[in-house]
Amino acid sequence: MTEGTHEGHRQQVDAISGVATTGHSWDDIQELNNPLPRWWLWTFYACIVWAIAYCIAYPAWPLVSSYTRGALGWQSRDAVVADLDALKQHRSGMTAKLSGSSLEEIRQSPEMFAFARAQGKAAFGDNCAPCHGAGGAGAKGYPNLNDDDWLWGGSLPQIEQTIRHGARSISDQGHSGSMPAFGRDGMLKREEISQAADYVRSLSGLPTDKGTDLAAGAKVYADNCAACHGDKGQGSQELGAPNLSDKIWLFGSEKATIVEGLTNGRGGVMPTWHGRLDDTTIKALTLYVHSLGGAQIP
Amino acid sequence: MADTPLPHPLGAPASADDAPLYAPRKQIYPQAVKGRYRTIKWIVLAVTLGIYYFLPFIRWDRGPSAPDQAILVDLANSRFYFFFIEIWPQEVYYLTGLLVLAALILFLMNAVAGRIWCGYLCPQTVWTDLFYAVERWVEGDRRERMRHDREKLTLPVVARKLLKHFIWLMIAWWTGGAWVLYFADAPTLVYELATFQASFHAYLWIGILTFTTYTLAGFMREQVCTYMCPWPRIQAALTDEYALNVTYRYDRGEPRGSVKKNDVLKLQGLPAGDCIDCNQCVAVCPTGVDIRKGLQLDCIQCGLCMDACDSVMNKIGRPEGLIAYDTDMNVQARIEGRPEVRRIVRPRTLFYAGLIALVGAVMIASLAMRQTLYLTVMHDRNPLFVRLSDGAIRNGFTIRVANKNLDTRRYSVSVEGLPAAKVDVVGGEIDQQGRSIVTVGPDQTLEARVLVTDTASTAEGSAPIRFVLADLATGDTAVTSDHFKAP
Repeated sequence: MTEGTHEGHRQQVDAISGVATTGHSWDDIQELNNPLPRWWLWTFYACIVWAIAYCIAYPAWPLVSSYTRGALGWQSRDAVVADLDALKQHRSGMTAKLSGSSLEEIRQSPEMFAFARAQGKAAFGDNCAPCHGAGGAGAKGYPNLNDDDWLWGGSLPQIEQTIRHGARSISDQGHSGSMPAFGRDGMLKREEISQAADYVRSLSGLPTDKGTDLAAGAKVYADNCAACHGDKGQGSQELGAPNLSDKIWLFGSEKATIVEGLTNGRGGVMPTWHGRLDDTTIKALTLYVHSLGGAQIP
Repeated sequence: MADTPLPHPLGAPASADDAPLYAPRKQIYPQAVKGRYRTIKWIVLAVTLGIYYFLPFIRWDRGPSAPDQAILVDLANSRFYFFFIEIWPQEVYYLTGLLVLAALILFLMNAVAGRIWCGYLCPQTVWTDLFYAVERWVEGDRRERMRHDREKLTLPVVARKLLKHFIWLMIAWWTGGAWVLYFADAPTLVYELATFQASFHAYLWIGILTFTTYTLAGFMREQVCTYMCPWPRIQAALTDEYALNVTYRYDRGEPRGSVKKNDVLKLQGLPAGDCIDCNQCVAVCPTGVDIRKGLQLDCIQCGLCMDACDSVMNKIGRPEGLIAYDTDMNVQARIEGRPEVRRIVRPRTLFYAGLIALVGAVMIASLAMRQTLYLTVMHDRNPLFVRLSDGAIRNGFTIRVANKNLDTRRYSVSVEGLPAAKVDVVGGEIDQQGRSIVTVGPDQTLEARVLVTDTASTAEGSAPIRFVLADLATGDTAVTSDHFKAP
């Protein structure tokens, strides 16, 4: 700034544009004065007034450990609650319909089925996904809900029973029964466990080690395992004993994994959801899980 | 443009008096004028407002499952109806295309003849023009209105002003009322509005648009063009020296003088222009500019000064066209004795016209070829595949079928590219031939879960497959590609 001059009230006019200048000049560059219209000024003042009124009416300023609450007492949390109530109200018709219909009736009504699936999907993400995965794919020890292998049965009432009361849960109406720890509790010797594991692998056509004594394994199986898992390894949904003759393995099909199960036992827990989720949500969850694809249709 | 006009022989500098910090509003009292451009403006006003106010009442039969209003924005059902076209929300790109087209047409108009949009077609111009017409009709012409504002208010003047505001409010109210008719069945809504049964939102929107119309056309007027609208600024970047603009031909007009004085000067062979400085061009201007100062931002190029000047020229027996659609380049050319250049067809206009043709053709082609059946497929992300107890691999998909026909349709769902694929639609039906069938209501979408099982266990890795949706009645198909995933 070589020549910052301000000439007070005397107006100068730019020769080229014919516009008055502010009198400010830097390196002979003039600042032209193109004033705003008055209404614009008033709009600006109105915005300032609005901002002040807003700060008084609504939560606005952070304090050390709190914030200004605003004269209207408006809170975003209240707004969310109001929105949720409105949503509940909006859904109340379908919710009532669902609660008054049997699982099978819901499945056969396209309208109710679509609603239940949507609601069930949300509830599944909130409650079931931590163990069973977002898409119900399961994990080691947590059943895949997409396939057609069901520990406790895959019909609508069976799925509802399992969701409602769980398995090996705190509910006395839940499924009980678990895989004993044959090795740890001294019921079977190490060698017998190995023979039984090989035999179990052979039930679903998996290869076994060379020189394995399958006959001995079959005898161990018949004496100790067949009571729950069936004489051909077909399993029992009454007892939650997995089918050992199919291609699906809850923990894994490697011999070491099977030996581990025989030695230490198995007993995964499905919690009870009765009392934690309302009836309609449990119904919706049942239909959602049923619709994932593996379920049995009566 | 007003800030830094081109060097101009008439660029008289403003007075050097003390200027206020904020520009005072100059009250404008446009005078009535008759002429070619005024007639064009009346016709454009009648046609555009007629379209706006009456279009919602035009009926268009679409059958029982769709509304019979020719133009309807159905927000509740997310549909837009335009005569034979029905737009779904996912087709909003047609709106984008329309906006692109509108922008290009604006560019072309600007390249050919300046601010045609501003002067004749812009809603702000049209409604302001209408409000000025009401003002003149109730309060009288320019001089009378100026006198009313200058002198002490009398009862008749107050009565006239009240009447003017009443008519303005009625027009504004009708403007808001017409707006909401585009969003609901017009005759029904008119009845509901009249009997106070319409929804609160309808009244709210009518109120908002009544307020904006009344304020913008009654009070803000030229301020909208000068201070609020970006187009005057943008168009400065889009114009060129060939673009026709409302131009004061200072080569012919200068130096100004009274009729008699200049006639005498002319006889003596001395320089004398045709402009008699009657100020009629300024008096009729709705934005209050003096066109003789050259092209400027405030000028919306409505052409009324041309009418005013022509009628004066006719009265004094001089040729019309002292103010006319011309270019500054031609004015300079005439001064220097060079030939005039008029080039409407030039690279710029050809480029815009070509783009308009291209975008328009793409839109028409896409509209003509669009299907009434849509299929989207989404593969399950978790799990990617499922092993069944017999060892077969199954994939889960979510399909969405959009039936844009106005009747219920039944479709078969099948998969190509995977031998021995078994297709199950969860909750769907199976017909006698073993096909999976989905039923979709008129103008609706259906989301369904589809399970595809590779019963022959031939798939490995990721195999491309095609979902085929076939309309059982017409045989129309929609095909979407996806993949079948296996270990």
